[in-house]
Amino acid sequence: MKIGVVVSEGPYTHQAADTAYHFVKAALDNGHEVPRVFFYHDGVNVSTRLSVPPQDERHIQNNWTALAKDKGIDLVVCIAAAQRRGLLDENEAKRQGKDASNIAEGFRISGLGQLIEMGIQTDRLVMFGD
Amino acid sequence: MSETKKFLYVNRKAPYGTIYALESLEVVLIGAAFEQDVSLAFLDDGVFQLTRGQDTAGIGIKNFSNTFRALGDYDVTKLFVERESLDERGLTEADLQAITYEDENDDWAEKPSIRVVSRAEMADIMASQDVVLSF
Repeated sequence: MKIGVVVSEGPYTHQAADTAYHFVKAALDNGHEVPRVFFYHDGVNVSTRLSVPPQDERHIQNNWTALAKDKGIDLVVCIAAAQRRGLLDENEAKRQGKDASNIAEGFRISGLGQLIEMGIQTDRLVMFGD
Repeated sequence: MSETKKFLYVNRKAPYGTIYALESLEVVLIGAAFEQDVSLAFLDDGVFQLTRGQDTAGIGIKNFSNTFRALGDYDVTKLFVERESLDERGLTEADLQAITYEDENDDWAEKPSIRVVSRAEMADIMASQDVVLSF
């Protein structure tokens, strides 16, 4: 089965990004496909490469980056939600005249159309939120 | 992408206080370009999103309630509101904005987009969808 995943809460405050991560791994282990994960609302904060949690805690962003690299998952961050919350890739930082970008490897910034497209193209859409 | 799916956007939160309502509406507006079979559901505090006479001047947050009245232009014409959620909050349909659309299959007659349904009917509406996005 093709499964689309949405993460709609931020890291550490909510468990949604962790649960989604475990869900995606389990789905893949059981022979399902997860072509894309879409990050929306505060979920976009998962994509910051500047996160430095204590060493004895899980590193949510690194986990996703590794999973995307390992399994070829398309991690999409909503551009409108990201810009509100100060998440920029290099192109957007330049375009908006900002002095830094902060998107982690494995994530890409794109539009909400990617969420709708995922809903159309997958057999199930699963949201992880509050 | 010729396939048409039934998309339901479920709105459960008050319009201000959190960003869910606004960012849900942004998905609906973008999603309209994909020509899917779209419905919106309003339940729990989500029914407050459709109330008339919203004034956000005191909180310094943009009032986006007028945008709901433009949904008809995006072919989003099914706004289901749960009766029990209205009742529980002391609201009636008269407290909601008049939101209409022009029916192209009926000589562009102006028709109400809001349909108040029971909790049981809402469950059926949810069960009949292909994609449910919850906000």
